[in-house]
Amino acid sequence: MPTDTVPSSTSPDSPEIIEPKLMFTATEQSRKKQLTENIARCIFFVMTLLMILPLVLIVVYLFVKAAPILSPEFFFMNPEKGMRAGGIWAPLLGTIYIVIISLLVSAPVGVLAAVYLNEYARESWFTRIINLAVVNLAGVPSIVHALFGVGAFVYFARMGRSVLAASLTLAIMTLPVIIASTKEALGAVPMAFREACWNTGATRWQTIRGIVLPNSISGILTGVILQVSRAAGETAPIMFTGAVFFKAISEGDVLAYGLFDRFMALSMHLYQLSTQVPGVPDALEYGTAIVLLGTVLMVNALAIVLRVYLRSRKRW
Amino acid sequence: MSADKRYSIETSQLNLWYADFQALINVSVKIVDGLITGLIGPSGCGKTTLLRCFNRVNERYGNVTTIGEVQILGKNIYDSDVSLPELRKNVGMVFQRPNPLPISVYENIIFGLRIHSEQRRRKKSQTDEIVEAALREVFLWDDLKDQLKVKATTLQLEQQQKLCIARLLPLKPRVILMDEPCSTLDAKGTRAVEELMLELAGHYTILIVTHNMAQARRVSDECIFMLLGEIVEHTRTEDLFLMPKSTKTADYIEGRYG
Repeated sequence: MPTDTVPSSTSPDSPEIIEPKLMFTATEQSRKKQLTENIARCIFFVMTLLMILPLVLIVVYLFVKAAPILSPEFFFMNPEKGMRAGGIWAPLLGTIYIVIISLLVSAPVGVLAAVYLNEYARESWFTRIINLAVVNLAGVPSIVHALFGVGAFVYFARMGRSVLAASLTLAIMTLPVIIASTKEALGAVPMAFREACWNTGATRWQTIRGIVLPNSISGILTGVILQVSRAAGETAPIMFTGAVFFKAISEGDVLAYGLFDRFMALSMHLYQLSTQVPGVPDALEYGTAIVLLGTVLMVNALAIVLRVYLRSRKRW
Repeated sequence: MSADKRYSIETSQLNLWYADFQALINVSVKIVDGLITGLIGPSGCGKTTLLRCFNRVNERYGNVTTIGEVQILGKNIYDSDVSLPELRKNVGMVFQRPNPLPISVYENIIFGLRIHSEQRRRKKSQTDEIVEAALREVFLWDDLKDQLKVKATTLQLEQQQKLCIARLLPLKPRVILMDEPCSTLDAKGTRAVEELMLELAGHYTILIVTHNMAQARRVSDECIFMLLGEIVEHTRTEDLFLMPKSTKTADYIEGRYG
């Protein structure tokens, strides 16, 4: 015989009857919840402010300190008098060289590898290993990349300490991040577009060329450009692979470095000024720092502008 | 069935596995040329999988093993000399969610042609004609003739789905596969697409997967009921709904499960 069929009309869980007029007024409990809510929102807002504060302070501080020296000559003169005077032409040009050359190597390799991994490769132990390698390589400290660069490029490939060896070391360092960011950009293109292409008989390449790349190019470029700032800022990977304390080059000549020359770079120069040379005028150090920071911020801003522009042209 | 019927698709002993899971079990069907055939059955019974076998797009989705024969217009499409682009040109597919490409209406329609004839540059007047003919065939021309440059992804869903059908037509397919083409559309859009299907039948062999019993009754000439990867019943739509031979079919169409 079923025993559980009798409905209990006086269940202990049934809500107590509230007077309709009081139904929507705040209770003790809801006031407490509101208080917690306000506190939480406040904390999150303060943390967000804290994030902006250091950047603003750093930029303002650097500008004030560097103001006396910032002039066109500062950019176009070599360091002089044992680094205690002159400008930053040689290191600035060196940084531009290694950034461009390293990206010429890592961007095509990274983007094409990511296209393969995302568009062609099937899930298998092989692709899993590669993906794992990419993630782990991205986490390798830059000094380890530097040592690899010394072994592989400077000695084994006999490039010596040179622009090329340093650029390739930076390329190895930026490669995994470019692969990861490109894969992410490709992954953001809806699968439905690919299905639509495949089902009209498009090959994978036609699909990539016609639909996937045009719709992911903004993300891909942003990822690549952000690596510019990383390549420009790193000191460790170039320290042992080609950057030197001092090298005089002809001022104003943009082709002053050869591929196998040693070179100066901004990040390294700043490190030397602040630790190795006594009696450097403050303004010189801060001037170098602001140029380095300015370059990075400008490149990042460029990435944002480019992303906004390319995004405005696509819609799905 | 009378013997003089022509079949555009014939499968025999078709078996398909996703890794270890068998999704199709000994499927042998004959799809009559020029008719609309409905594929019905509960979710996960293999309807979509079967549909995707007919243009071999299953193979793009990872670990799939297919054994058996699928003859389309007399040719086994699993033969090694079959070119997938050519196969998919002749066997078009329409998806559950309209998936126009994020390019203009005009470009969407000639996308397939561009894919298949890259070298030959077509004259503008020629492609204009093709676009107009395709849009007229799906009753979109009057709505869209002034919006050919508009991005297709901004159209209404109903228009998008019709466009996805129109996109197949310039390639002159023989078979059109539709995977629940109306499930994201409202009643008006559903009716419009159904009318379009009835209009296209005869010129093309149409296979439609649907969860909507009423739709299967309205549009299909023949109907296939599938359950757990097997064909339970395949007969004329009226017969299937009025006097199902199998009790499983009867249970399903009467809504007792599924």
